[in-house]
Amino acid sequence: MSASVSAARPRMVVPSLLSAPATLFFIGLVLLPLALTVILSFNSYDYTAGIQSDLTVSNYLTVLQDEYYYSTFWRTLRLALITTVIAVVIGVPEAYILSNMRKPWRSIFLLVIIGPLLVSVVVRTFGWSMLLGKNGFVNGALAAVGIEPVQLLYTETAIVIGLAHIMLPFMVIPVWTVLQKLDPTVEAAALTLGASRFTALRRIVFPQAALGILSGSLIVFALSASSFAIPGLLGGRRLKMAATLVYDEFLIELNWPLGATIAIIVLLANLVIMLAYNRLIEQQAKRKLG
Amino acid sequence: MSFLSVRNVSKYYGPVAAVDSFGLDVEKGEFISLLGPSGCGKTTTLQMVAGLVRPSAGTIMMGERDITHLPPPQRELGVVFQSYALFPHMTVAENVSFGLEMRKVAKAERDRRVKDILALVHLLALADRYPREMSGGQRQRVAIARALVINPPVLLLDEPLSNLDAQLREEMQFELRRIQQVVGITTIMVTHDQSEALSISDRVVVMEQGRITQVDTPYELYERPRNPFISSFVGKSNFLAATAEHHAGGATISIGNTGITFQANDRPKGKHVSVFIRPEKLRLTAPSEGQIEGTVTSRYFMGNQWLVSAKTPAGTLSVAVQNFGAPPPPIGEKVGLVWRNDDCRVLAAGAAE
Ligand SMILES: Nc1ncnc2c1ncn2[C@@H]1O[C@H](COP(=O)(O)OP(=O)(O)OP(=O)(O)O)[C@@H](O)[C@H]1O
Ligand SMILES: [Mg+2]
Repeated sequence: MSASVSAARPRMVVPSLLSAPATLFFIGLVLLPLALTVILSFNSYDYTAGIQSDLTVSNYLTVLQDEYYYSTFWRTLRLALITTVIAVVIGVPEAYILSNMRKPWRSIFLLVIIGPLLVSVVVRTFGWSMLLGKNGFVNGALAAVGIEPVQLLYTETAIVIGLAHIMLPFMVIPVWTVLQKLDPTVEAAALTLGASRFTALRRIVFPQAALGILSGSLIVFALSASSFAIPGLLGGRRLKMAATLVYDEFLIELNWPLGATIAIIVLLANLVIMLAYNRLIEQQAKRKLG
Repeated sequence: MSFLSVRNVSKYYGPVAAVDSFGLDVEKGEFISLLGPSGCGKTTTLQMVAGLVRPSAGTIMMGERDITHLPPPQRELGVVFQSYALFPHMTVAENVSFGLEMRKVAKAERDRRVKDILALVHLLALADRYPREMSGGQRQRVAIARALVINPPVLLLDEPLSNLDAQLREEMQFELRRIQQVVGITTIMVTHDQSEALSISDRVVVMEQGRITQVDTPYELYERPRNPFISSFVGKSNFLAATAEHHAGGATISIGNTGITFQANDRPKGKHVSVFIRPEKLRLTAPSEGQIEGTVTSRYFMGNQWLVSAKTPAGTLSVAVQNFGAPPPPIGEKVGLVWRNDDCRVLAAGAAE
């Protein structure tokens, strides 16, 4: 018994030592702040005396009983979903076209797709706000063909446009990676069996790319639901999403406990949605594609 | 007008010709084999007929119709791919049923036909498996079933039996041949198994480096190969260096170092020629009774026959000896070899073996 324990010990020491830096990093930078946020969310806040060190669920009750927070959460969920759907609809065909391109063009267009990631979000978003603004390019073009100017900036449409633009590479790249690995004769086989190109894509190519689409949409959904700069700049002061709401509680209202509460609720909701989605789709895809 | 006509089709990859001026007329219901070494352009040829590879030059006609640039879905061909190309996310039954769905066959009939064809390839029990859950030979049979189930007028098979065990392969060869004859499907099959090509085809097309070198019935091909390469690729062969004296009626052939001469019916070009003779057309006798004397250098047992090599003044000759009666003489023994000069073929001396 003791022999086996002492034999087991050296085997345990090396792996724990090797993983120690990463573990410390993770504890220090993720778990600790998260734990502090959780504790903070149970503290109460007084406008004159500041943060109290008591423990109460009143913050959670406040958030869960207020119509205003619900509407913001609902908007976050809705816009993140719409963005994900748009990213799938545009990104998947885009990845397919990319994977069918010839030698020089493929790398050129891959760069074009990844390009936006090389520019700061804030700069890109300002670009969009100039395009979509009252006297911006879009309204200018509409006016040129004689259509009334439309209010785009500071609407949900503007947020979705901005998000979809930024999120596209996160959809294209995983799908493209999967498509690269597919055997082209499988698609050819569908053609010889009488399928049109479109049917071959719908029935043969895209289902095989299901796992790539799954991971792409998880990334896009998570990043959209927690995005900050785009709703902040394109949604204006009025249209808030979860991250901008938290920001306001922390830095404008100075009510840190309430901000922490909202952050924790959003985190949990995000986690639940993504795990459920993952289970739902991955299990089916796993069985088929192994 | 033949049923399927491939006219002078070439395919270039850069400056290299994968297929060079391939021309072949196929009659309705004919079974053609494409035979040739790896990389000689068999798959490329088949895929051009299927419409999956665009020919660099030439035309492909189906009856009166030019199908050179017709997209694959409109060609109505059954294709078995060398890599099988099964749909990985569909079960066996779904794979087989796909072509019927594309033809808008009603569900009940679809199920019936899928079941029938899966029974034919012995896979009925595995209908609900996914391709990755099956062995190579089982996948290959799914690919065959998927191509056959749509009753195509033309069947293109790229090494469809390469992964099956001997017994199953023979059974599938027989089935393919039977279906093909009953339904009258015109079939082009790629293979590099010469015995398969000989046993089931009406005609065999031999390819070398993108070119057709001979098109003949299996018997003609085996008995009268046009060059030394074909004679050694299709079956085994002995080659003897010889000289030819041409005269009005034919040629007098003298086999080097032996003093053996005979009159040949063939008229190969040039003075230096190769005489080739199949191992099964040689016989072993007592040393003094043969046309030529030799010493046994090796002896392999093949089951139904022995393959004996004997060193003779004309070179080393292989002799196939039926496994009948006593085993042939052991290594080191002196033997005589006899053959009929009519069984010898004389070819221009070239890259023999
Ligand atoms: N896409 C391609 N690009 C460049 N060369 C190619 C391409 N496809 C085939 N080739 C070349 O063309 C030649 C013929 O290939 P093909 O696949 O037709 O051979 P094969 O006769 O089917 O051989 P195997 O018996 O090994 O299957 C080969 O030398 C191959 O390297
Ligand atoms: Mg091939």
